[in-house]
Amino acid sequence: MEGQLAHIGAGLAAIGSGAAAIGVGNVAGNYLAGALRNPSAAASQTATLFIGIAFAEALGIFSFLVALLLMFAV
Amino acid sequence: MATDSATSVGKCVDAFGSSIGMPQLCPDWVGNQIFWVVVTVIVIFFVLSRIALPRIASVLAERQGTITNDIAAAEELKAKAVEAEGAYNKALADARAEAQRIAAEAKADIQVTLDAAIAKADAQIAAKAAESEKAISEIRAGALESVKAVATDTANEIVNALGGKADAKTIGSAIETRMKG
Amino acid sequence: MASETHGAEHGAEEAGGLVFHPMDQFIVKPLFGDGPIGMFTITNATLWMALSVVAVIALMIFGSSRRAIVPSRGQSIAELAYGFVYKMVEDVAGKDAVKFFPYIMTLFMFIVMSNFLGLIPMSFATTSHFAVTVVLALAVFLTVTIVGFVKNGAAFLGLFWVSSAPLALRPILALIEVISYFVRPVSHSIRLAGNIMAGHAVLKVFAGFAAIAVVSPLSVVAITAMYGLEVLVAFIQAYVFTILTCVYLKDALHPSH
Repeated sequence: MEGQLAHIGAGLAAIGSGAAAIGVGNVAGNYLAGALRNPSAAASQTATLFIGIAFAEALGIFSFLVALLLMFAV
Repeated sequence: MATDSATSVGKCVDAFGSSIGMPQLCPDWVGNQIFWVVVTVIVIFFVLSRIALPRIASVLAERQGTITNDIAAAEELKAKAVEAEGAYNKALADARAEAQRIAAEAKADIQVTLDAAIAKADAQIAAKAAESEKAISEIRAGALESVKAVATDTANEIVNALGGKADAKTIGSAIETRMKG
Repeated sequence: MASETHGAEHGAEEAGGLVFHPMDQFIVKPLFGDGPIGMFTITNATLWMALSVVAVIALMIFGSSRRAIVPSRGQSIAELAYGFVYKMVEDVAGKDAVKFFPYIMTLFMFIVMSNFLGLIPMSFATTSHFAVTVVLALAVFLTVTIVGFVKNGAAFLGLFWVSSAPLALRPILALIEVISYFVRPVSHSIRLAGNIMAGHAVLKVFAGFAAIAVVSPLSVVAITAMYGLEVLVAFIQAYVFTILTCVYLKDALHPSH
């Protein structure tokens, strides 16, 4: 029973990956919108873009990690 | 690998070689990995900082130097080319002026020769014309004499035929008068 | 990965069901013989780390050994990697961070080589283990903290005291800043290991579906697509790890927040 609850928890935690996907899409989309308005400034901001994506994705990875822990470690 | 299932059976691997839980969290393996990653990173650090990076930096600097030199050389060559073009243009202009001068000279020469030839020809024509004039006047004078002689003879004969006695002096003056009239 | 075949003898599979072992590829095993894994045992992790060293040497030393003015293919890649990281350090962390360039280059080369080597089928992804990435992240964290205190002394603590915020908020902000500072190595390491592990596990799950004959073509297509994505992720995670190192280094060198 407890193992089954853990699997349900893992599934719930995996929702966080989808949320992270929204976040990454937000970052990339806003970057693109800004870049199209001012293409000359776009190149200097790619590093910021990747940092932003990395931060957004890291949180999704955390939820993925929680899911994995629930699946395999609990 | 058939012996694998029996190999590393421990807290983290079951009897079938599958992992129990996450292999990343297996405490048995942590020390080993930490040790080896430290060794690896130190090795890479020395390889890079002692050999690879200085070498690449020197290659890049050398290339930058070569490029700078080449650009300078190219600038120099370009200046030379501009200079050569100027010289060429000047030579061209000189040659053109020379050609014009020669052409003008030749034209003047030709003019002189032509003028002389024309003058000569004119003189010749004038001489010929005078000669002809003379011949014509001679012919005309000759013709007049002949007419006078014929008229005198004719008048004499006519007078004789009419039974008159013509004296030459009268007839001559009459003919003179007629011919003038 | 070889253990997968043994998984087939597992009880569940004998019943004919689909059972995945996506985590089996991360098992560390001794390379020679059996026995427990001690600190200095030569394991498959050792092998693949050594191969990453070999790859780095092959690229950065043998690639550039001719010192050609007009570079060969290998030399161009080595110079490209050099210029890429050098420019990143200079742009993000500032001119005075250039003396840390070999250190950052080491991290970048190790991570990018491990990530790419880990993508070879049947290989072992060293960077998917938290033990490895935590060492790298802690090394960065300690370096940055020590450099910060050596360079700025107590003024380094100004990093946590947000002077542009209202006075009443500053203690709370300072607490948040301190927490976020100490979470840095955690997120730094888990991001890398999590990304690599997630990618490999997903590939493995898709591979598991190939056992059903009807689904297998779709599964092969999915694996191909995911593999392409993983190649991209392998590079981007190395890039992100490096650029975050540069960002942290900039905080240490210029803590004026």
